[in-house]
Amino acid sequence: MYSEKVMDHFSNPRNVGELKDANAVGEVGNAKCGDIMKIYMKIEDNRVKDVKFKTFGCGAAIATSSIATEMVKGKTVEEALELSNKAVIEALDGLPPQKIHCSVLAEEAIKAAIIDYYKNQGIDTSHIEGCSGCCSDCHCEHE
Amino acid sequence: MSNIVYVDNAATTKIKPEVLDKMMPYLTEFYGNPSSIYSIANESKKAIDKAREKVAKAIHADPKEIVFTSGATESDNWALKGIAYANRNKGNHIITTKIEHHAVLHAAQQLEKEGFEVTYLDVDEFGVVDLEELKRSIKKETILISVMFANNEIGTIEPIKEIGQIAKEKHIFFHTDAVQAIGNVPIDVNELGLDLLSLTGHKIYGPKGIGALYIRKGTKILPFMNGGAQESKRRGGTENIAYIVGLGQAIEMATSNIDEKVKKISILRDKFIRRVQEEIPYVRLNGHPSNRLCNNANFSFRYIEGEGLLLFLDMKGICASSGSACTSGSLDPSHVLLAIGLPHEIAHGSLRVTFGDFNTEQEVDYVVDELKVIVDRLRKMSPLYEEVEKE
Repeated sequence: MYSEKVMDHFSNPRNVGELKDANAVGEVGNAKCGDIMKIYMKIEDNRVKDVKFKTFGCGAAIATSSIATEMVKGKTVEEALELSNKAVIEALDGLPPQKIHCSVLAEEAIKAAIIDYYKNQGIDTSHIEGCSGCCSDCHCEHE
Repeated sequence: MSNIVYVDNAATTKIKPEVLDKMMPYLTEFYGNPSSIYSIANESKKAIDKAREKVAKAIHADPKEIVFTSGATESDNWALKGIAYANRNKGNHIITTKIEHHAVLHAAQQLEKEGFEVTYLDVDEFGVVDLEELKRSIKKETILISVMFANNEIGTIEPIKEIGQIAKEKHIFFHTDAVQAIGNVPIDVNELGLDLLSLTGHKIYGPKGIGALYIRKGTKILPFMNGGAQESKRRGGTENIAYIVGLGQAIEMATSNIDEKVKKISILRDKFIRRVQEEIPYVRLNGHPSNRLCNNANFSFRYIEGEGLLLFLDMKGICASSGSACTSGSLDPSHVLLAIGLPHEIAHGSLRVTFGDFNTEQEVDYVVDELKVIVDRLRKMSPLYEEVEKE
């Protein structure tokens, strides 16, 4: 069902845990839907210096969280903000159709963390479109 | 294969060598059509008669009351639709429960689309049907009550005898899906007041694709398939002889010495339940604490999701199942876990372990030992558990 890449990231997830000195924290999804992703970032000089995650969810949710943290680490905030669910799927060598939702969740979790950072910095975030990442109330269009 | 610990016996079972041995001649030497007249065909016919006797004996029925089907899904569909269509002039109301297998639930929903009215009874926190609610639901149009013998997910055994009495008093046909109960609970269709009973071969170490429907003599039901004169004209089509023979052998083995078998498997189940409850925090046993199938344990592990649990168990060679949405193929967790009142997030973290004749106590220990590590690992990744640890 899952690619080797997904199984690798699920069984050996990268960047699991909390960041005590995080200055950007985002959480999406909810327990009712069966997945919650929480992203912690340490942003310095406009770059993602460190990133960690915690996820309640299926194998794909854990794998997408893991690879998303790898993909944004060291990137500028703007670059991280551009991470798409499509890029996450590609990096994992594909996801089963019913698990596309998990890649959306990863994109939204990264976005939520950056929105949190911008808010802390007093930067306007109205230009960033996001959703809660919940299965039942997401109306966003994702590829 | 030798490193597999198979504890998903409610999903299916491994065929027993004795069953396969009995089947083989009918896949090779005795290929004759039982409806033909020559002697190799007669061997086929005799084999079917013998298997029918074995199935009948297992549930204390008459062989004439046993019809072979392709499995329990067909038996369930036939029981519901066959009774509904044949008794439409008497009424259009059917009573079943919210925790039935989809073979019953979806057949009932189909009948609703065709103008039948269906009542889906609630169950309590342990998954037991409320007899008072059942009595209140009966109307003069009620033609059928269908309540499963024992639930496939949480193992709860329903009050079948009591329901049988109620059905009999009100002259309503009573069907039970006994797929999980056969071989785990002694069954006597007369004592229990059953008119129809579904069973299948592959849950009792027999082949897949073969089952039976018990139809009490005098029950008004439409044939399932129109065709030749097979199965007393109730289900046309050349008989699947080898599989019928396999079912006969399997059910005979599963129901003889049943008390001894129940005792042996209960020991495994009880050990598993006890160790999980003692050694893993934040768990909930789903289903009835005592009135449950001897082979079934179903737990919810809070703060984690079931699919991850199954994937990690699989890496350790352990085969089990879950009622989480990710394994149900929909956004919602199992309808059974929701019916017993579990919130979604706790239902998502469920694990069903079902033991069988091939399991050992060492395997129980291995599963619990691995489970402890896996649950801890997933919880350490979970943002829900983070909050618990802080409290």
